[in-house]
Amino acid sequence: MPINIQMPALSPTMEEGTLSKWLVKKGDSVTSGDILAEIETDKATMEVESIDEGVVGEIVVAEGAQNVKVGAVILRLLEDGEDESALTDDSGDDTSADEEIEDKGEDKPGTAGPAHPENEDANRDEPPSVPKTKPQNDPDIPTNVAMKETTIRDALRDAMAEEMRRDDKVFIMGEEVAEYQGAYKVTRELLQEFGSRRVVDTPITEHGFAGIGVGAAMGGLRPIVEFMTWNFAMQAIDHIINSAAKTLYMSGGQMRCPIVFRGPNGAASRVGAQHSHDYSSWYANVPGLKVVAPYDAADAKGLLKAAIRDPNPVVFLEHELMYGESFDVPDMDDFLIPIGKAKIRREGSDVTIVAHSRMVGRALEAAEKLAEEGIDAEVIDLRTLRPLDTDTVVASVKKTNRLVCAEEGWGQSGIGAEVAARVVNEAFDYLDAPPARVFQKDVPLPYAANLEALSLPNSDDVVKAAKTVCYK
Amino acid sequence: MAKAPHSTDTPKRGQSGSNRSRLHVPEPPFRPGDTPDYSHVSVPVKHTPVRPDPLCEPHETADHALKLIRVLRFNGEAVGDWNPNLSNDMLMKALTDMMMTRAMDERMFNMQRQGKMSFYMKSTGEEAVSVGHAMALKNTDMTFPTYRQQGILISRGASIKEMMCQCLSNSGDPLDGKSIPVLYSFKKHGFFSISGNLGTQLIQGVGWAMACAYKNEDGIASVFTGEGATAEGDFHYALNFASTYRAPCIINVVNNQWAISSYQGIAMGEGESFAARGTGYGLATLRVDGNDILAVYAATKWAAERARKGGGATLIEHFTYRQEGHSTSDDPSKYRPKDDSEAWPFGDPIARLKKHLISLGVWDDDKHDALAKSCKEEIRDIYKSAEAMGNLSGATHVNDYTMFEQVYEHPPEHLERQRRMFSEELD
Repeated sequence: MPINIQMPALSPTMEEGTLSKWLVKKGDSVTSGDILAEIETDKATMEVESIDEGVVGEIVVAEGAQNVKVGAVILRLLEDGEDESALTDDSGDDTSADEEIEDKGEDKPGTAGPAHPENEDANRDEPPSVPKTKPQNDPDIPTNVAMKETTIRDALRDAMAEEMRRDDKVFIMGEEVAEYQGAYKVTRELLQEFGSRRVVDTPITEHGFAGIGVGAAMGGLRPIVEFMTWNFAMQAIDHIINSAAKTLYMSGGQMRCPIVFRGPNGAASRVGAQHSHDYSSWYANVPGLKVVAPYDAADAKGLLKAAIRDPNPVVFLEHELMYGESFDVPDMDDFLIPIGKAKIRREGSDVTIVAHSRMVGRALEAAEKLAEEGIDAEVIDLRTLRPLDTDTVVASVKKTNRLVCAEEGWGQSGIGAEVAARVVNEAFDYLDAPPARVFQKDVPLPYAANLEALSLPNSDDVVKAAKTVCYK
Repeated sequence: MAKAPHSTDTPKRGQSGSNRSRLHVPEPPFRPGDTPDYSHVSVPVKHTPVRPDPLCEPHETADHALKLIRVLRFNGEAVGDWNPNLSNDMLMKALTDMMMTRAMDERMFNMQRQGKMSFYMKSTGEEAVSVGHAMALKNTDMTFPTYRQQGILISRGASIKEMMCQCLSNSGDPLDGKSIPVLYSFKKHGFFSISGNLGTQLIQGVGWAMACAYKNEDGIASVFTGEGATAEGDFHYALNFASTYRAPCIINVVNNQWAISSYQGIAMGEGESFAARGTGYGLATLRVDGNDILAVYAATKWAAERARKGGGATLIEHFTYRQEGHSTSDDPSKYRPKDDSEAWPFGDPIARLKKHLISLGVWDDDKHDALAKSCKEEIRDIYKSAEAMGNLSGATHVNDYTMFEQVYEHPPEHLERQRRMFSEELD
């Protein structure tokens, strides 16, 4: 029976890659440890080693093929004594390529591992597709503009590149932003275009380069500081809060700090408690900061451009699991989205669901499920967490009379708690039910796939909360 | 007879009497009740080391990190190749600025004791560091001071009345009551907002310096820390970034021996010097007699020239002594002998410059006393005009509505709403 060699994953979040080069050809004998091929993703390249011995029977995926799914069979190896006829004889082979792909699929982000037989709840797979429901009216986007499908990663990159072309004072600094093109390739090709003076690799010290950025901002530049993840920015928080956010005030308006701190925030896939922290409510708590957490690529681009031009320090919270997702982005110059304005992602009349960042996707999925049950949900994407656009939420609740606040982070002192408190304060008489909240379980995010999935809120949780406030 | 310093009682390394390790907690040489005797502190007789080219390789200054640059001898003579040969006018400005700084500190300290302000910090004994440093920089060079470099503001001609009004928290406070006494902020005088979180400004100052280089500007940054806060990570980040990117800056460690009650050995162990910290980072390093204003001036000039010409950063340790308590909240007699500062072998910076001027034949005791009197009177008059605008014990007169300003560059809607609600409540 031939051995199927599959497309390997370079990281837990990799879903597909490019087969850049074959180092063997049909008929070659290989032994364990031989390099078979080179593959690459937008993050890195790696060599595929053979772990078995045999003769190359068939190269399934051609050299140069892009978007090869992780787990797809790329080569079939004939074992000792087998000939090519074995390649067509798949009868009784219960490890066929198709099934392998399906099994591997469970390693994808946002999906849980196999259900434990005694715990049905453990299998709470989310559909991998990302809802792209468009609002009926989007005042931010002119109606006559063409759309271009863009990943969030590239939308962020385009935003930085455009602003760097526009203003020589803008530069980007962080670990691995230059030669390596960013740990998540968000700074792809910026070094090539702008050079090492404006795309600056730094020593490994978040506290250090955050402080450098604050000093450079006060010295008249407009730095973009990339954190490899916001988890690592914990040691930089003194500069972000005590200096960037407070110095304008404490200096009586003399010392200005136009700076953007950006990077992935919140849970990723199987990276454990110290790489999955959602800091939304931490930074949203601080006067002097603006805090932005976009959901789709258009908002990522328009809001990052606005953040770079903003005269205040801006905390820009991205999401690792969203970098590779594609959305329509208006193909126009100077596409800016104002900081501080929420967006109605889906109009509805029965219940208002408020979310930000990746949770907007879960809320939109929930709205579709609710629609099947006759509940018409309105989904509001906060987009900016400080200043918080309460008016949009309150106006919606006055229409729907019911509120669900959904977020990926923990509940205590969370964004949802804040939104609910404001709605109770400003629209108490309009509420037909107490506001409901959806949030992460009150534990550090565990590593195991089933526990991770159980900890994080999903669309079913949002559906359940919405039905509760609708008394259904 | 003088008691031997405690440090000599400390067992030497490996002489603890057993083969086991022992926890070693550094102790200052003298505690209250001891008679301080600093004869073990070596005061270089020769005014070494030599002055290298400001664009030399960093390792050529490794030796400077362990020695002490001095210009003023105790007999008043100025000697050696570090002697900046300042004009008499410059020397008189240095003396006057140091004496004005001291007079202001005296007045403000006394006024705090009378309940006119919540808090104050004196720089007594360290005036040469701030005044000498400021004189050797361009007025446009940005300084990132700690709370003991008020001499920079005096030297650069900042409004003493505004400084006092900030301390008194009255309607003349240029910061509208938004910061605490002594944490001044004067951008137009190249004086960065002092941070109450020690160390943060070190790395920010290096960032500012890198921004100057990025913009191809002539300016440099000069950042300060006390020796105590060199234990903060910021200090090490600052040294690393300054070295890596050859930032046009000066990193000053003012070693005044005391971080509140912790003597300098707590911050560093009983190592060689704070300047030597820079050697490992590949920085130029100078160690200077901080009570010798000519040496401070000369070392600063050297480092400023190096930074401005692209030679990169210099770490300067200013070796001095904090003559008074850390702040008005501190009583140093609890942890060090009362006469410790008098026993300090490097003297007082004002007295040393006075002696130099006398040795030049341009100064005498009478003139000095007259200057001290006029400084005191001038400070008294400025203080009176400042206190006429309010003080802590009376009603403060900071405009209520300014509270909502400068949180952001442009007030966001929610803050405008809070301000409106606030004004309705007041009306």
